[in-house]
Amino acid sequence: MNKMQKAIRELAEMDEMAVRSSPVHALHPLSKLIATVIYILVTLSFDKYDLSGLVPMVLWPVLLFQLSGIEVRSCFYKLRIVLPLVMAVGLFNPFFDKTVVLQLGSLPVTGGVISMLTLMLKGVFCLMASFLLMATTPIDNLCAALRMLHVPKLLVTLLLLTYRYVGVMTEELAVMTDAYHLRAPGQKGIHISAWGSFLGQLLLRSMDRAQELYSSMLLRGYHQHFHYADIPPFRTRDALYMAGCALFFLLLRCVRIAQILGGTLVR
Amino acid sequence: MIEFQHVSFAYEKNVPVLKDLSFRIDTGEAVGLIGANGAGKSTVMKLLLGLLEGEGKILVDGTEVRRDTLPEIRRKLGFVLQNSDNQMFMPTVYEDMMFAPLNYMLSRREAEARVDAVLKRLHLEDLKHRYNHRISGGEKRMAAIATILAMEPEVILMDEPTSALDPYNRRIVIDTIRELEQTKLITSHDLDMILDTCNRVILLSDGRIVADGTAEDILHDRALLEKHRMELPLSLMGRQE
Repeated sequence: MNKMQKAIRELAEMDEMAVRSSPVHALHPLSKLIATVIYILVTLSFDKYDLSGLVPMVLWPVLLFQLSGIEVRSCFYKLRIVLPLVMAVGLFNPFFDKTVVLQLGSLPVTGGVISMLTLMLKGVFCLMASFLLMATTPIDNLCAALRMLHVPKLLVTLLLLTYRYVGVMTEELAVMTDAYHLRAPGQKGIHISAWGSFLGQLLLRSMDRAQELYSSMLLRGYHQHFHYADIPPFRTRDALYMAGCALFFLLLRCVRIAQILGGTLVR
Repeated sequence: MIEFQHVSFAYEKNVPVLKDLSFRIDTGEAVGLIGANGAGKSTVMKLLLGLLEGEGKILVDGTEVRRDTLPEIRRKLGFVLQNSDNQMFMPTVYEDMMFAPLNYMLSRREAEARVDAVLKRLHLEDLKHRYNHRISGGEKRMAAIATILAMEPEVILMDEPTSALDPYNRRIVIDTIRELEQTKLITSHDLDMILDTCNRVILLSDGRIVADGTAEDILHDRALLEKHRMELPLSLMGRQE
């Protein structure tokens, strides 16, 4: 199995993960979507030096991992390509901000290090929250929730079809990569001289397949309107979940939980 | 039911793929459209489905295939693609089968009842909630046929329905096609399958109809088939040697 085939499998696994049964999976997609958006906004609102305030925000994803039965390992495994990029944000902060803000024993900690850690944590938390949303909500339900929020139909359809076509493009890439390596044994990756034609062919092949898929949709009555999943009505428990989450995030944002806990332990 | 009246088509100027094609298919007929590669079989299908526009007139149930009549026409035609992967784009078989009935404004309950009935008829109940990427090629082909039957089309068009199938799955697909009571138009190089499933055969060569008759007559005519880069069906080879 080459890398591309693994990628296709991972994409399909996300679909399977999203239809498992758990209290989190059973929630209305709209309440999950709104809770996630609020979580991301609250997480991003922390000051770049407010590391101690930010750390308790990890509680929500941890709780969701527990309740949904999604493995933390699978989250970090699937995000392994994006995580380093997120971690790279703020990597240069320690070089620009050298003001010492606290002493850990004899070790001075600069503002740059704190802001770097804060930025990294913000990125990781937001990715975890987005992953949990995707892993507990099928894409069709998510699109249905977006439509309920009156996100334009065109954008939602574009999102859904892009999600579906990513798989098509990856399949073509898998076939082409195999064909290339079978005729270039011992070569690592695709040689730079073949990049142009490789990408061109990939584009043409993907377009052909996408066209065929689209024809298949048209022939089955598709007329620019997707019938998203039949989601159950928004119930009291969904509203409670959403309100509870919002309150919880507000609490984490306003109350210095880490300091209170730390103070209690030190005392 | 289906009528081609002097239909011509060219992808490029002065390189015609179909030349003045005229034929008629009546309700309930099972017609095999055969011919060598490049004979124009797929083009005939695409013109009928309105995916291409050519010269001449194509009628389905008396309605001309035109841009404005396409929704009406396509509702009557169910097309099983050669590559089932291109047909099954939803995550599960069930969602794929629900796609067309929902587009045709059936309620979810009605659509689901229809899906269940088709799955039961094809003995595919086990596939209902399976993921498309986790089913075998044979199962996928059967599921693709099921998605089309869920539309309840009047005519079923099939492009190479038995290609890339092992003998066991090929037999299942053939038996399923035989049991379908709709009007059928099937393109294939699998002449044994055509012999098994169709009562009439149209032989295309260089964009023209060179023979149109019963499957028995045409598929037993070695000289005719070989003249047009085809061979006798394997099942008949021993008998004629």
